[in-house]
Amino acid sequence: MLQIKKLCKHYDDLKVLDQINLEIESNKTTVIIGPSGSGKTTLLRCLNLLTVPDAGEIDLNGFTLAFDANRPIQKKKILDFRKKTGMVFQSFNLFSHRTVIENIIEGPVTVLKKTKPEAIEEGMALLKKVGLEDKANHYPKQLSGGQQQRVAIARALAMKPEVLLFDEPTSALDPELEIEVLEIIRTLAEEHYTIVIVTHKMGFAKEVGDKIIFLENGKVLSQGSYSELYYSGNERISRFLNTLQ
Amino acid sequence: MLNERVLNILQESFFKILIPGITYTIPLTLVSFAFGLLIAIVAALIQVSNVRILTPIIRFYVWVIRGTPLLVQLFIIFYGLPNAGIVLKALPAAIIAFSLNVGAYASETLRASILSVPLGQIEAGYSLGMNYFQVLRRIILPQAFKVSVPPLFNSFISLVKDTSLAANITVTEMFMVTQRIAAKTFEPLALYCEVAFIYLLFCTVLSKVQKIAERKLKLEQG
Repeated sequence: MLQIKKLCKHYDDLKVLDQINLEIESNKTTVIIGPSGSGKTTLLRCLNLLTVPDAGEIDLNGFTLAFDANRPIQKKKILDFRKKTGMVFQSFNLFSHRTVIENIIEGPVTVLKKTKPEAIEEGMALLKKVGLEDKANHYPKQLSGGQQQRVAIARALAMKPEVLLFDEPTSALDPELEIEVLEIIRTLAEEHYTIVIVTHKMGFAKEVGDKIIFLENGKVLSQGSYSELYYSGNERISRFLNTLQ
Repeated sequence: MLNERVLNILQESFFKILIPGITYTIPLTLVSFAFGLLIAIVAALIQVSNVRILTPIIRFYVWVIRGTPLLVQLFIIFYGLPNAGIVLKALPAAIIAFSLNVGAYASETLRASILSVPLGQIEAGYSLGMNYFQVLRRIILPQAFKVSVPPLFNSFISLVKDTSLAANITVTEMFMVTQRIAAKTFEPLALYCEVAFIYLLFCTVLSKVQKIAERKLKLEQG
């Protein structure tokens, strides 16, 4: 279980996250939606500490981090927390000087101190899972965007994270390539990974989202299953869901 | 112009010039570049890591070295410092001046190369739980290094030619030797062209090395 309590983040006068309280259940898929600038990506980045919140608390399966703008959190704690979370970025961010398999074993070898043969064996299994075992020795720039994102998913999985975070994973892709990435996320959801995904794909959110969180102006406006949100009677949310259908 | 006497002088002086080229110019270049690169790496890392007291010091150093002529720097170190009680022999003075000079310019090259590595890849490294030094060593530096090769060769080639300035502080490198021969034989045109040709030869070799290095680095990326 990932618990978020009174999480705040502001840049100067702009409150990007304003007292966010959330419970993200393990082995479920949670979808974060909301208009641009609502704080979705910031929230997701806070869950990986790429952005460090100013205040509030995050608890991942008993590993608690309490934030205080005046007292920076210990570096060691940040690193330990990040090992438990896997991040998939909008722009893939594969290491361009490393081959596909090298990208995947980077975390396990450098951070988890696994042996190279062991990491490669696990990495190849993950590549098979995302359907790219024949691309192990290619460089990222030799792959399509969809393929790159699938490698990025495998790279995140290689760390065996307790929660997988997806930041608009298909926004940079053509509709055709989008499908292959969504297909993999769907499979992971079916395998009961703990997933948090920021997306604009309402159809996909409806299909895989066990819980939908609607964010606006840095606040949680509503949360629940898709139909709960849709029939909540909140005009703002219905309008938003309708426009993105 | 190119009569038999001049041709004879050129022929006789060729090795007289080439030998100090091999015993002075090349070692002076290599040693200064190696030290300069060392300074540059440290200076660039300090600049991008933003260390409290050190970063302003490095900025000051780059500002001063880039803003003053190399010849003046050589004179300050060799002819100036004795007034402050620091007496250096010509060769060490030249090495210090050239190293400091290369260090300043190359640190800016390296700094720009480091900044050219996409932020997204750095964040991806952090997201895997890597610490700053792991990100630096495994993600930033290998990519920055590739980007920095062509401009570093630029500095390297410049340095080969800049070592001729050491003649002004009594280092008997190629140009100094040429000046002496020219004074004796009264054939400055032929002799200075000859030494220019030897510099060109050295730099051509370096250009070729650069080509090979670049090709090797590209091969890795397929």
